[in-house]
Amino acid sequence: MTDASGPLDRFKALLEEFYVAPYRGALARAQRDEDDLFMLFVFAELMGVPNPAAYYTLELQPLLLERFHEWHRRQGLEHSPLDGFRCC
Amino acid sequence: MNAALLAVVGLSMIAIGYRFYSKFLAEKIYQLDPDFETPAHAQRDDIDYVPTNRVVLWGHHFTAVAGAAPIIGPGIAVIWGWLPAFIWVVLGTMFFAGVHDFGAVWASVRSKARSVGALTGDVVTPRARTLFMIVVFFLLMMVNAVFGVAIADAFQETPSSVIPAWTAIVVAVAIGVLIYRMHVPILWPTIVGTVILYAVIFLGDAVPISLTDGLFGLAPGAQWIIILFVYAGIASLLPVWLLLQPRDYINGIQLFIGLGLLYGAVLIANPTIVAPAINANVPASAPPIFPLLFVTIACGAISGFHGLVGSGTTSKQLNKETDARFVGYLGSSGEGALALVAIIAATAGFASLTEWEAMYSEFGNGGLAAFVQGGAVIVSSGVGISQGFATTLLTVMAVLFAGTTMDAGVRLQRYIIQEWGSIYSIPILQNGYIATAAAVSACLLLAFGAGGPSGEGGMLIWPLFGTTNQLLAGLTLLVISVMLVKLGRPARYTLTPMIFITTMALAAALVQLRTLFLQGRDAGWPAGGLLYPLLLIDLVIVVLAIFVMLEAGSAFMRERRSAATAST
Repeated sequence: MTDASGPLDRFKALLEEFYVAPYRGALARAQRDEDDLFMLFVFAELMGVPNPAAYYTLELQPLLLERFHEWHRRQGLEHSPLDGFRCC
Repeated sequence: MNAALLAVVGLSMIAIGYRFYSKFLAEKIYQLDPDFETPAHAQRDDIDYVPTNRVVLWGHHFTAVAGAAPIIGPGIAVIWGWLPAFIWVVLGTMFFAGVHDFGAVWASVRSKARSVGALTGDVVTPRARTLFMIVVFFLLMMVNAVFGVAIADAFQETPSSVIPAWTAIVVAVAIGVLIYRMHVPILWPTIVGTVILYAVIFLGDAVPISLTDGLFGLAPGAQWIIILFVYAGIASLLPVWLLLQPRDYINGIQLFIGLGLLYGAVLIANPTIVAPAINANVPASAPPIFPLLFVTIACGAISGFHGLVGSGTTSKQLNKETDARFVGYLGSSGEGALALVAIIAATAGFASLTEWEAMYSEFGNGGLAAFVQGGAVIVSSGVGISQGFATTLLTVMAVLFAGTTMDAGVRLQRYIIQEWGSIYSIPILQNGYIATAAAVSACLLLAFGAGGPSGEGGMLIWPLFGTTNQLLAGLTLLVISVMLVKLGRPARYTLTPMIFITTMALAAALVQLRTLFLQGRDAGWPAGGLLYPLLLIDLVIVVLAIFVMLEAGSAFMRERRSAATAST
């Protein structure tokens, strides 16, 4: 919830929470599903899956490595599928 | 009888229930502890588990459980007179719904925010959990079918509501886009969206829309039902942020405005209730009041659907365990208040007893139509707006409640079908489009079963929906009772409503079984054939009700034995 000082701010904060709260989890999961697909695009080439967009996604790899461990675990891979990157 | 007095008496009794009975439950039965670490804190992830302001949570619970059902049920049940409906709604809210909703939140909070379905497996037996899932699926299917028929009827009764009702979808999508894509703060989309929603009612009044009879060889009611389910199927596939979330939000706002408007109008206009307290001239088509009253009014007195809400999202967001009383008990009281005003609208908004009897010439009539017709008269004389405008306003309000439930219901059914596809390794069912088509087809079959080939007059399915809802409530109360027994606390406050409501549900299912069989036989083929899906579902409900009772008996015998072993 956002910081609220006056009555109008508190009302706005209540409205916002009333809007967001019931769907917070559903939206977060949908966002994660999209992010997971994006991770697949970025790391597909490294896993031997041809990716026509590899030229563009290559420079994103260092930025997404931090999320790599959680991502491969979510995909059901207990250990890192990349030979060159052993996160666990 | 004075309607304002009835409203004041009813609301006062519900308030007394909250003030005293819920306090007793909180202190002596559920024994709420302000220092207990709720799942919102213990499992906090800022996604599902987030400590939330209790007023916001109450608003969610109230708006999630109050919708078209507490309007339609009482609108049908006053056929037996206003007094039985009034007593059941008020006492049901005080001693059944409040206990149930409050208990569902408490039980879930005390079990790491597990849903009632999961708790049924843990606390009762895995078999009971399967029962629970089947009942939920049937409930969803019936709620979609019944609301589809109700909206189709409403569009035909009030053609001026068509444009405003569909415009609400555009308004909802616009709010979703403004908030999520354009990051506009919520206040202005709310104000502008609400103003547009009411302003467009004038347009609806000026341009009423009726479908042509015989288009594609179908009656207008049948056309509306098909259009509505095609829409619901598409809507359920859209992203949540685009339609469902803003539509839910608009509904919440509408509910508060509508309740304020109706109660304000009742208090100002102070109409006289023209319907009899107990109707001595009940039409021959009406089933016996015992047990049908207790399933015709489910939402508004007690409803198993509330347990799904209470244990699904509410319990994950409860800041303090003591908030469960405010959120659960008072949330269900809000729904009782809506049911109460629906009773008043359907009995006091008529010029004479003859006019009222004309509306209730057959069982299943009334419902939304009586609420709209009677409510419009009361609102018109209380607030001073034209009766035509008030009619459209109330129809749009009820249609939006029902439409949003359909959107969410078809989506949930799709999830269940996809899950079955995954569990039983049927790849085709895992496809979102196929699963949606299957869900929509099942609902359509039931809707036409309820409404006949014309899709009209189909509130035949309503008591079946209520029966399923009450079975679910019985299962939830069973879980709460077993938990109380395990904790060595008195279970009679939850067990008594459980036994009563399950018995009524079973008896009602048996009565309806006979009615459906006779109606199907008399109607002949093919009209009678459309009743067979309902007959089959009723049969399944009877079996489920018996199983629920057996499970309850077995769970209590087991708990009693273990308590006896522990004491020796």
